[in-house]
Amino acid sequence: MKLREVRDILEAEVLVGEDKLDEDVPRACGCDLMSDVLAFTMERSLLLTGLTNAQVIRTAEMNDLSAVVFVRGKKPCEEIIEMARERGIPLFWTRYPLYEACGRLYQAGLKGHVC
Amino acid sequence: MILEMSYDITGGDFAAAGEAATKIKRALKQIGVDAQTTRRAAIIAYEAEMNIIIHAYRGTLQARVSPEGIEILAEDEGPGIPDIELAMQEGYSTAPEKIREMGFGAGMGLPNMKKFSDEFHITSEVGKGTRVRAVVSSSTALIMNGSEV
Repeated sequence: MKLREVRDILEAEVLVGEDKLDEDVPRACGCDLMSDVLAFTMERSLLLTGLTNAQVIRTAEMNDLSAVVFVRGKKPCEEIIEMARERGIPLFWTRYPLYEACGRLYQAGLKGHVC
Repeated sequence: MILEMSYDITGGDFAAAGEAATKIKRALKQIGVDAQTTRRAAIIAYEAEMNIIIHAYRGTLQARVSPEGIEILAEDEGPGIPDIELAMQEGYSTAPEKIREMGFGAGMGLPNMKKFSDEFHITSEVGKGTRVRAVVSSSTALIMNGSEV
């Protein structure tokens, strides 16, 4: 699924990565626990999370994730957005809660990864 | 030895959490270690760094790259671990609530490090500190600059 479709389906605001909307994400995961993201998520996944701290960006970088969607209308501070910009990690912001956001993407064909 | 890195980590310095692991990951990528091996070593380094920041007073995080693989060594001065077997169990954690709010401290750190390692050793002395040595071996595809080393 293209990041552009992710944006449209989630009616999301693009915080970082307007220039990367044509990139593909092969799979996604929804999680607020970064240790579990590190343990169970495959590289190039799209991460949907309600956490908005620096560890989300670090985790995305360590784990080679494609992009991050902040759910439930939680917007990260400018410092976090800047961290992602420096690293070239696209960030989205949606008002949908985690379950709803994941459900909409799944319904549109973006699958997860079963360990 | 192809590359050796060492970083000082300060316990409680959450603002810097992940900086050393980031530097290690970037260096591995730069010298041409393949993406999968780099990712595994980076995750181990990141969890090790988080552990020092969460639990210890101070420590060092080292990465050594050799033809045999990547060795991550985390040594700290801290309270130590009284029961390593218990600490290795998924879900067991002594981290405070504040850490959980950051997305860590759910008892996955040490099991994660072991999961991504080919060799994993941990020793600890209560009241002194903890030492973790993890190796991602080259037999699981350490390809450098397109050819095996």
